[in-house]
Amino acid sequence: MARVITITSGKGGVGKTTATANLSTALAMLEQRVVAIDVDIGLRNLDIVMGLENRIVYDLVDVVEGRCRLRQAMIKDKRLPDLYLIPAAQTRDKTAVSPSDMVEVCRQLRVDFDFILVDSPAGIEQGFKNAVAGADEVLIVTTPEVAAVRDADRIIGLVEAEEKGQPQLIINRLSPQLVRRGEMLSMQDVQEILAIPILGIVPEDSHILTSTNRGIPIVLENRSPAGQAFLQIARRMLGEDVPLTIPEELSFWGRLTGWMGRRNETS
Amino acid sequence: MGFVRSIFQRRPKSSAIAKERLQLVLVHDRGFSPQLLETLKSEIIAVISKYVEIDAEHIDVKVTRTERQDRLVADIPVRRAGVR
Repeated sequence: MARVITITSGKGGVGKTTATANLSTALAMLEQRVVAIDVDIGLRNLDIVMGLENRIVYDLVDVVEGRCRLRQAMIKDKRLPDLYLIPAAQTRDKTAVSPSDMVEVCRQLRVDFDFILVDSPAGIEQGFKNAVAGADEVLIVTTPEVAAVRDADRIIGLVEAEEKGQPQLIINRLSPQLVRRGEMLSMQDVQEILAIPILGIVPEDSHILTSTNRGIPIVLENRSPAGQAFLQIARRMLGEDVPLTIPEELSFWGRLTGWMGRRNETS
Repeated sequence: MGFVRSIFQRRPKSSAIAKERLQLVLVHDRGFSPQLLETLKSEIIAVISKYVEIDAEHIDVKVTRTERQDRLVADIPVRRAGVR
């Protein structure tokens, strides 16, 4: 039976879709059967980040309105055998799906999967309510910025009101360098203010942009700091005890000494 | 002179400012505005004064927070208990 996990944030643009695409991919890399559902009806993007936008025939609204079977709306990933995407409709709005529709879709999917990841739209209205309706667990994504943390606090209150248990936090786009200089809220600052458990920290990483440009989730390019961070989070979701660290890009010298170290080991 | 001072004066780090601004804005968002606290404070004074003599000048009413639980804390110095 699958765990249904909704990824939400309140504020837009903090990385919900990037997190959903990468965690879905990472879990599938760890041999889990995963389906990602885009609930952002009218503003779909998960298909783009996963590089599956050209394969869409049916979408979530087609399923809900009975124009196709659930299986027909599931797009199989290009690279991983047990990863699927159910895209949102692009030409409709949030009212096309109801919370009970989402509960039903999740119920049908539970049998065949280990994880169902639901990508929520920004905001606190119907789209958010749809996204959390079928969830067993909720992950909140925020960035270390005043506006994003404020909105995360609001969303945490709403998730608790929906009786979904205590949500967990992903802090995205943290720059260890700026934190060291005292010019960015630290992991501890955010944790102190929001007071929910931290599931992971994803560092600011320009590779995210290039991987989104290509439509290849960054976890598939595992040398990047953000990719490593998402893989760590996926392992924690599976119950592995992975220490909470912030992966950083190695400097030129760090890479060189690492490379020389490996050479010495082999010779 | 102001210009010279502004160069040498250490400005507070922006992360500290961000944290302080967040904490202030969240007090409002979570439903305890300063106005509400003032109203609460004056009504608490009115009720308690009926029974004991209190030092109304030094009453401290505030909201503290532990693990997502808001707690209304009122520190009320008592001058002399009404009943001895």
